[in-house]
Amino acid sequence: MNLSRQAKEKVAFALLGACTLVVLTPVLLMVVLIAVRGAAAANWGFISRMPENYMRAGGIMPAIVGSLLLVGGTILLALPLGVLGAVYLTEYAGRGRMVGLVRLAIVNLAGVPSVVYGLFGLALFVLLFHFGTSLAAGCCTLALLVLPLVITASEEALRAVPDELRQGSLALGASRWQTTRRVVLPNALPGILTGAILAVGRAAGETAPILFTAAAFYVPHLPKSVFDPVMALPYHLYIIATQVPNAPPQIQWGAAWVLLALVLAVNLVAIVIRYRIRRARRW
Amino acid sequence: MSASESQTQGVRAESAPGPGPQKPRFHIRDLSLYYGRTQALKGVTLDVRNREITALIGPSGCGKSSFLRALNRMNDLIPDARKEGQVLLDGDDIYAVGTDVVELRRRVGMVFQRPNPFPMSVFDNVAYGPRLHGVRGRSRLEEIVEESLRDAALWDEVKEKLHKSAMELSGGQQQRLCIARVLAVGSEVLLLDEPCSALDPISTFKIEELLIELKAEYTVVIVTHNMYQASRVSDRTGFFLGGELIEFGETQQVFERPRDERTDGYVRGRFG
Amino acid sequence: MSRTGETRKSFDAQIRDLEQELLKMATFVEQMAADSLRALQEQDVALAEEVIRRDDMADQMDIDIEQRSMRLLALQQPMSKDLRTIATAMKITADLERIGDFSVDIARTAKTLAGEPYFKPLVDIPRMGELTKKMVRDALTSFVRRDLQLVRQVCADDDAVDRMWYSLRDELMEFMRKDSNLVTQATHLLLVARYLERMADHATNVAERVDYMETGTLKQLARAHTAEGLGHS
Repeated sequence: MNLSRQAKEKVAFALLGACTLVVLTPVLLMVVLIAVRGAAAANWGFISRMPENYMRAGGIMPAIVGSLLLVGGTILLALPLGVLGAVYLTEYAGRGRMVGLVRLAIVNLAGVPSVVYGLFGLALFVLLFHFGTSLAAGCCTLALLVLPLVITASEEALRAVPDELRQGSLALGASRWQTTRRVVLPNALPGILTGAILAVGRAAGETAPILFTAAAFYVPHLPKSVFDPVMALPYHLYIIATQVPNAPPQIQWGAAWVLLALVLAVNLVAIVIRYRIRRARRW
Repeated sequence: MSASESQTQGVRAESAPGPGPQKPRFHIRDLSLYYGRTQALKGVTLDVRNREITALIGPSGCGKSSFLRALNRMNDLIPDARKEGQVLLDGDDIYAVGTDVVELRRRVGMVFQRPNPFPMSVFDNVAYGPRLHGVRGRSRLEEIVEESLRDAALWDEVKEKLHKSAMELSGGQQQRLCIARVLAVGSEVLLLDEPCSALDPISTFKIEELLIELKAEYTVVIVTHNMYQASRVSDRTGFFLGGELIEFGETQQVFERPRDERTDGYVRGRFG
Repeated sequence: MSRTGETRKSFDAQIRDLEQELLKMATFVEQMAADSLRALQEQDVALAEEVIRRDDMADQMDIDIEQRSMRLLALQQPMSKDLRTIATAMKITADLERIGDFSVDIARTAKTLAGEPYFKPLVDIPRMGELTKKMVRDALTSFVRRDLQLVRQVCADDDAVDRMWYSLRDELMEFMRKDSNLVTQATHLLLVARYLERMADHATNVAERVDYMETGTLKQLARAHTAEGLGHS
C-alpha cells in the first residue's frame, strides 16, 4: 500500500487523537457518572452532619474533616522534607556513587505498593513509637508515601532553573544557601507546587496506608488531638459500600462524589496559585 | 555605628584608591589548572595592572575563560578542578586557606557571556548584591542602585521602569544591568567573559565605550574571542593557545608587530 | 600552526595583487628616470616628450594603488604584517610618484637644452644618474625580496649621491662665475643634479619603509640632511 505523505500524516493524527480519546473517556465518564449520581445526595446536610443510624443515614462530616486533616498533616510533613531533600540532592550533593544510589532508592520507593507502606507505618508509628491508630501515625505514613513524589518533582523544578542564575548570584559573593534561598527556590516554585498537587491527590485518595494507621470505623466526635484516630473519606467509602448492610446507594455515591470534588477542588486551588506565580515570574 | 552600617562600608565605599595606576593588582605566577585529567592551563604568568583594561584572546578552548575564573575562584564550583601556582591579589594569595571567598567575589566581580539577570525587577537585580551583604535601609539601597546604574550607563534608560521585570530589557541593556549589579557590591576589579558575544554590534560598541569609561576607576579583565574588540578597547593583550600564554604585552605591539609567530598567525586570521 | 593556510586565501591574493601593482609602478617609474636621463644625454626631444606624457600614467597608478590599499584597510581589518604591508604600499606609492615627477622635470630640461650643444660633455650627471637609478632599482628589489641588506645599501648610496650633488653644484657655480654665457645651461644642469638628488632621497624613503614593513619599528636610517643652503663647501 503506497499512501501519500499527506495521507500518512492524517492517519497519524487520527490515531493519536483516538489514543487521547481512549485516555480521556474513562476519566470523563467517571467524573460525570459520580457527579450525576452523587450530587443528588450531597447537600449541605450531608456534608455537615454526623452519620446516623449506623451510617445508613445522616452525613459524612467527620470523614471529610478527617481527610482534610490527614492531607494537611501529610503536606506539612512531606513538603518541607521533600523540598529540602531535593535542594540537597540538586545543589549540594556531588556526583558520586552514593548520591546515585540515593536517587535510585527514592525512585524505587515510589513504586512500593501502598499497602506495604501501611504495614510499615503500623509497625513503626503505631506500635514502635506508640502513636496508636491516630492522625499522627496516618500523616507520617502518608508523608512517607508521597515523599518520593515531592522529591522527584522538586528536583526537576530545581534542575530547570538555569545554571547561569546560580553563577550570577555566586559571582556576586553569595553563598550556596543564599543563592538557593533567594534565586533558585523562588524560581522553582511552580514546579514544586506541581509536586505538591500530585502529593495532595495521592494522599487524599489512598486507603491502604491509613487502613492500619489512622482510620477508624466510626468515631462519634471530631479528633481532639493528633493522637486520636480519625475517619477518612476513602476508608469510609469502603465501609459503607461493603461493611454496612443496607446502606442506601445515594449515601455511597454521595461520599464518592465528595471525595472526588475535594481532590479536584484542592488541585484547582493549587493550580491557580501556580498559575499566578508563573505569571509573576517570567523567565 | 550600627552593625549593618559597618557592613555597608564594604559596599560602594568611597572608592579606595588601591595601588596607583599601572601598579599590578593581580600577580599570577605559573598557574596551571586541571579538570580531572585534562590540563586546561599550563604555567601561566602575567600581571594585571590597576586601572587598565587587559584583554585575553585566543581560539576556542585555549584556556582563557578558565584563567579568568581562577581569578575569582569560580573554578572552585567545578568538582574536578585542581590548581597549581599562585594567584595574588594586592599581594595576598587568594587561594590561601582561610581566604574569605565571599569577600573575594565581592571585590572581584564577574559578568558572563550571556546576560543573566535574575527574574526580578531591575531594582531588585541591582539591589541583590548589597542586600546580600547586609544593606537594609531603603534610601541607602536606592542610592546604591542609582549610582550603579549611572556608572553602567543605564540609568537614563531604566529610571522610569525600575520596578519592571529585568527580563523586559533588550540584550544590551541586560548586559549593562549585569555590570551595574557587579558595581553595586563595590567590586574593584571587573572580570568579563566574552560579554558582547551575544549582542548586536551597536550594543557591543556601547559596552566597549562603557568599559573605557570604567577604566578610570576600575581594573578590567576581558576575555574575548573577537580580537578586534581587544584591539579597540584594551591597554594590554594576552594571547592564549592550548592552555599556554604565548604572548603578553602592550596591545599596539601585539597587533602591529607580534613577537611570536603563533600570535602573528592568529592576529592575521591565518588560523583559529 | 602559523602557516599562511587556507583561511584568508582571497585576502592573501589581494595583498599579492597590491604588491604586484606596486612593482609595476616602480618598474614604470624607473624606466621614466632612465629614459629622461637618456633624452638629456642625447638631446632627444621626441623621447623627452614621450616621458612627459607618461606622467599621467604614473599618477593613475598612484591613485589606483592608494584605492586598493584603502579598500583593504576598510574591509579586511588587517593586522601585523598585513597592516604594515598595506601602510607601506601607500607610502611607497607617493615616493614613486615623486620620482616620476622628477623624471618629467629632467625631460623638460632636456627639451629646453636641446637647441644647443653642451658646453662640455656630460660626465658627472650621467654618473650621478646611474647611481640614482641603481638606488631606485635596489629599493624596489629590497621590497620584492624583503632584503634588509639592500636597504642599508640604498641608505649608504644616498650619502654618495649627496656628495656628488654638492661637488657638482660647486663645479657648476665655478663655471658660471668664470663665464656668464654659460649661466642658462649651467643653471639647468644644476637643477637636473638637484632633481637627481631628490630622486635619490625618495628612493631612500622607499627603502626605509621596507625596513618598517619587515621589522615593525620606524627608524631613521639615512643620515638626516642638514638644512644646507647654497653656502656649503
